[in-house]
Amino acid sequence: MAQTLTETAGSLEAMTPVPYAVAAKRQDTYDTWTLELEPQNGAPIVPGPGQFNMLYAFGVGEVPISNAGHFETEERLVHTIRAVGAVTKALCAAEVGTVIGVRGPFGNTWPIEDAKGKDVVIVAGGIGLPPLRPAIYHVLKYREDYGRFVLLYGARTPSDLLFLDEVKSWQRDYDVDLDLTVDAGDTDWKGKVGLVTKLIPPAQFDADDARGFIVGPEIMMKFVAQELMNRDLPAKSIYVSMERTMRCGVGLCGHCQIGPTLVCRDGAVYTWDEVENLIAVKEL
Amino acid sequence: MKTLDAVIAESPIFAGLTQEQLEFVVGCAQNVHFEAGQKIAKAGDPADVFYLIRMGEVALDLDVPNKKPVRIDTTEAGQPLGFSWLIPPYEWKYDVTATELVRAVAFDGACLRGKCDADPVLGYALLTRFAQVLAGRLQATRFRLLDIYGTDTH
Repeated sequence: MAQTLTETAGSLEAMTPVPYAVAAKRQDTYDTWTLELEPQNGAPIVPGPGQFNMLYAFGVGEVPISNAGHFETEERLVHTIRAVGAVTKALCAAEVGTVIGVRGPFGNTWPIEDAKGKDVVIVAGGIGLPPLRPAIYHVLKYREDYGRFVLLYGARTPSDLLFLDEVKSWQRDYDVDLDLTVDAGDTDWKGKVGLVTKLIPPAQFDADDARGFIVGPEIMMKFVAQELMNRDLPAKSIYVSMERTMRCGVGLCGHCQIGPTLVCRDGAVYTWDEVENLIAVKEL
Repeated sequence: MKTLDAVIAESPIFAGLTQEQLEFVVGCAQNVHFEAGQKIAKAGDPADVFYLIRMGEVALDLDVPNKKPVRIDTTEAGQPLGFSWLIPPYEWKYDVTATELVRAVAFDGACLRGKCDADPVLGYALLTRFAQVLAGRLQATRFRLLDIYGTDTH
């Protein structure tokens, strides 16, 4: 069971950013960077697959960012961040040595133990791949414990595809059924063009004995889940990570509320049957 | 190896046609293949043929003045390629290129159009099937207009 600070709501520990220094930084795409963070004091926290941390760019603000590293072996926190707003731009601009604040880990985890012995179908859209990467690393590490491993990944353009070399190495070295698509390409792009949902009908997996993990924009997850159910994968076997804007991380502020559930406290990982009807409600 | 009849009969686009209708469709069909990089059609060409992709992948490209062509869609195995044969002015709307070795069934669209005119039952059957393909692609295109991967602002 992964550690989570969500259960310590209101405690000083849960609400106080711990200083971490940027130990390494890599630009993944034109607008996305991966930061490796080391604690200024003591050992790093160990977020589980699917959990998130609150990263604080001092003087700018705080954002929830999913763990994107090897949760079992990593000496550092690994977070992949897309620079789209004031806080994420500040984080992506942080040079090596810059100190940022970290609170966490928060939330629950992907059901990687429950998926043992089953086929695993992972569908990622855009910046949705990093939150799935810890679960992917786990399945790859214990590859023989799982059945077929299908990874379907869609992005806006070829230049938006993250970790492409690494993703292709998973296919090559770990018997991963990989399929990629982009919303629009150019004639240099030799892969598929179209919605990520188009990758699901030809995917090979046993719907009676499989688990689906999806991360992407909610509307994408909705259509992907529908397409997986068209393949007879039950809604309770489909897991999604709700990337609502978490603020406190401990279920106090209500910022990430969707109907009766608080994403930071009860999620961010849910089964599709838990959230399908909530997502369908306008403006919720 | 499957016969042409079996390939066509098992294809979702022709599912549910009567034996007589299928026989006519098969009579307008032949196996073809395209090498990787080979042009299958050019925008503006007469669209007197359409395809059922059996293996491989084709790309639909749109020329944009003063820019590189945009790859707007790909069609993969099991899917029909081309609907302009059914809709005036019967011209291909995009450049179509095989991105890898493609094996396909080619259908004589002009021949089928004539048969559809003469046999409204067959015409309706084919039109409803291709309308479903068109509706699916329209939905997908609208969905892509949302640019869903570029929204968060934090």
